[in-house]
Amino acid sequence: MIIAQQKNIQDIAAMVGDCKKVLLAGCGGCVTVCLSGGEKETEILAAALRLMKKQAGQPLATVTYTATRQCEPEFIPPMDELVRDVDAVISLACGVGVQYLAERYKDKWIVPAMDTMFAGGATGFGSWEEKCGLCGDCVLHRTGGICPVIRCSKSIMNGPCGGSQHGKCEISKEVDCAWQLIYDRMKALGRLSELTVIQPPKDWSKARDGGPRRILREDLIKG
Amino acid sequence: MKYLSKLQKMLDSGHFAVTAEIGPPKHAGAHSIRHHAQLLKNHVDATNITDSQTAIVRLSSIASGVHILDCGIEPIVQMTVRDRNRIAIQADLLGAYSLGMRNLLCLSGDHQQFGNHPTSKNVFDIDSMQLIYLMSRMRDEKKFFCGEEIKEYEPRFFIGAVANPFADPFEYRVDRLEKKIEAGAQFIQTQCIFDMERFERFMEMVRARGLDQRAHILAGVTPLKSWRAAKYIQTGVSGMIVPDSLVERLKNAADPKKEGIKVCIEQIKHIRENIKGIHGVHVMAIAWEEVVPEIVEKAGLYPRPQVEFNPEEND
Repeated sequence: MIIAQQKNIQDIAAMVGDCKKVLLAGCGGCVTVCLSGGEKETEILAAALRLMKKQAGQPLATVTYTATRQCEPEFIPPMDELVRDVDAVISLACGVGVQYLAERYKDKWIVPAMDTMFAGGATGFGSWEEKCGLCGDCVLHRTGGICPVIRCSKSIMNGPCGGSQHGKCEISKEVDCAWQLIYDRMKALGRLSELTVIQPPKDWSKARDGGPRRILREDLIKG
Repeated sequence: MKYLSKLQKMLDSGHFAVTAEIGPPKHAGAHSIRHHAQLLKNHVDATNITDSQTAIVRLSSIASGVHILDCGIEPIVQMTVRDRNRIAIQADLLGAYSLGMRNLLCLSGDHQQFGNHPTSKNVFDIDSMQLIYLMSRMRDEKKFFCGEEIKEYEPRFFIGAVANPFADPFEYRVDRLEKKIEAGAQFIQTQCIFDMERFERFMEMVRARGLDQRAHILAGVTPLKSWRAAKYIQTGVSGMIVPDSLVERLKNAADPKKEGIKVCIEQIKHIRENIKGIHGVHVMAIAWEEVVPEIVEKAGLYPRPQVEFNPEEND
């Protein structure tokens, strides 16, 4: 899933500094699961903003609405009525949701409450980790199911580099060396010889470097 | 037999080579590079020029190479894959060759987090293994990285790589060295050796696979100025091993700098006399280039053999 975290409340308040009334739009998708932008977090942020603005002598009115998912246009129209009489909308969805809101409400000021972080999952209660670099050209079958693109800080395809020590990455003792993990797993599977193959340069045009990516499925379009 | 560089000729002729490292300055003045080049000129066979090492912006390795060449030393251009994509790497290396550079060392590069621009975007479009392979293919098959033909004047570098026997997983370091040789590495410079026992175990495995016969391995050494420097490398630099005994030796020394030089000389002698399969030393006197001549002399590696090489002879 997409993991996102809330921006600093001062920064969020500054984005709607001249507004009298705002809609805080939560999302029932990934950000609900990662406890950062669901219904509960939306109510808490609304209350915190009201309190903050009241203390600053610029009272702010808030309304809230949590869409099933902001990343699908069909779930957005139900908030049309609420959007009509606010000065701005603060979206607690990932960047996809913010953009769908901006597309639909062309004359409204739409701002993000979140920093969209990565595709990953929980590693324990209150901790999440990136697992997939969304590179569009999966190599997990060659690396024992451990992604070097995103879990190696240099995205090395023929690792590990000389900075790997005691299973950790050179950038931090808190970061596992992805290539140590790959080596250990391939060794355990009796497939170390596969790592001796020189992996060719990656096709980054399938990643973000090729512009916004699109998928067209003829089978579904023709239906 | 045509050689790609003076360093290759020296190594292929069976001489025990001496290379050193010059770190370019954090400004646009060349005087320190030229000063160090003049100082090292008669004592080393070639000098590496680092490519913004530890991700700190410095005068470029290729531009430094021009100054060094001008002072009469053969440069070894270091090229990391951290800062340039495959287009910039090829463009810069075509340029480097046109300026007379003949030795190329391919590296990953320290992560930008360690440098003075930690918020920069890293590139790592290709990795060091791929760079070695693609540059040797460029020379041998006259092809750009994409496969397109180079019609004329393909760059013909003597290609080197690095190996770190002190990083983990230990056994895989030999596999990876073999992989680099398979990819096209002709010479290897190792990470600074402080743990001689581990290095000897590494070399045993290297010799058992005959890798020392397939590439020239130069042992990396670094003179330490103080026990604090030793301690810092021991605890603060990933992929380095410094034994406690060395830290203690420097701590107890009346003159730590002299002791550091002495240790380095002992290491070179030990490597040369006792470790088979080593074809030279690479002295990395970090921000201390001026001690290299003394180390080379006292290690019994001076005067250097005179090898004639004309960089134009391949063109």
